[in-house]
Amino acid sequence: MASIDSGGGDSGHKKGPGVKKAKKLSTRVDMTPMVDLGFLLITFFIFTATMESPTTMDLNVPKKTDDEKDETKVKQSGALTVMLGKDNNVYFYEGELAPDGSNFQSSSFKDIRAEIIRKKQEVIRTHNHDAKCEELKAKAKERGDKNWETADLDRDFLVVIKPTANATYKNTVDILDEMTINAVKRFAMVEISEAEKAFITATEGQ
Amino acid sequence: MPSVKIPRKSTDTDMTPFVDIAFLILSFFIMATKFKPDEPVKVETPKSVSADLLEENNALLITIDNESKVYININDVKDKAKASLKSVIDGIDKSRNLGLTDAEKMSFLQAPVIGVPFANLKGYLALTPEQQASLKQPGIPVLDSLNNELVWWVDEAKKAFAGTKLLYLIKGDNDSKYPAFEGVINALRKNEEFKYHLITSQEGAPEGTELYKLRNQ
Repeated sequence: MASIDSGGGDSGHKKGPGVKKAKKLSTRVDMTPMVDLGFLLITFFIFTATMESPTTMDLNVPKKTDDEKDETKVKQSGALTVMLGKDNNVYFYEGELAPDGSNFQSSSFKDIRAEIIRKKQEVIRTHNHDAKCEELKAKAKERGDKNWETADLDRDFLVVIKPTANATYKNTVDILDEMTINAVKRFAMVEISEAEKAFITATEGQ
Repeated sequence: MPSVKIPRKSTDTDMTPFVDIAFLILSFFIMATKFKPDEPVKVETPKSVSADLLEENNALLITIDNESKVYININDVKDKAKASLKSVIDGIDKSRNLGLTDAEKMSFLQAPVIGVPFANLKGYLALTPEQQASLKQPGIPVLDSLNNELVWWVDEAKKAFAGTKLLYLIKGDNDSKYPAFEGVINALRKNEEFKYHLITSQEGAPEGTELYKLRNQ
């Protein structure tokens, strides 16, 4: 490891008897252990450090109303209900749940995005213009929305999120995240109904 | 034939620039990073595409751990005297008739997180900080809508921070169950608070989605 002291030694001229020759030492210090130490500390810091700072996801919930006339009426045609079951299972149906459960479908977190996008496109395709559209457009323009010209197209699109007791917090955040990812403007978290629960337990086979 | 003389060279390289680089990187890491803060409750937060950074303001932090137990912690950055924390515990003491002593109230100011029902609060605060740290807290009851104790905590925190902005931070673990989260939301809703911040870790927007297009416009 240490440098080999080549040269020096007893070569060179003699200095007469009695004169001791000072031993010539190399001034070079071996740096290898220092490099080792440096990188050891670097690895230590990489492991202990938190580089990314935590972010926050904003969640706004509506006021609880017991009064039925205060509740927001939605068009059933534009509604997509997403239910979160156990073991990361996702179920959904469009519009109203058929009594026989014929429109009740199973999905997963991977596939639900495609379903949301498909439903959104469908709502946009079947959109009918009326007086409210211009109002919405004007509002979007005021807000500084870049895509204000199309802001009215998906106004009937609503995703209803219904997590069951078996859903995890991660599932809930993931589905809320999906709303941001797919630019769903209207979504609501609603308590699951007994009929829906029954279909989920039937599917999950409890 | 004259032999070609190969100059004898030392085989070891000069390590000094290498050391320079190593320590440069080292100093960068020391300066650029923060140590993981000591967390009394270990929570692994889910990922989200949200890019809003966490504000370190006055906040009521509600933590849900992986066993769906709920803890609260009040962050008060500006007020070092902890006057607002004091008024929270005074209010809880009064409204719930806990009969806390001054020493127990002081203990509340030092406690990192509170995760005990009101019935056990007096006993918990009487413990030394070491005992508190080693005790497994049962969590604040939130599941029963009639006896959601978090409602009282939020109510007192709201009163103590009246006039200033108080953020409601919810930090949930990946594996915590939805009912605990719902209980937390219900407690906040009962106090007429409808805006919350869920603490998540960052994740990029998936390619090809609307959000991705919007961000890369």
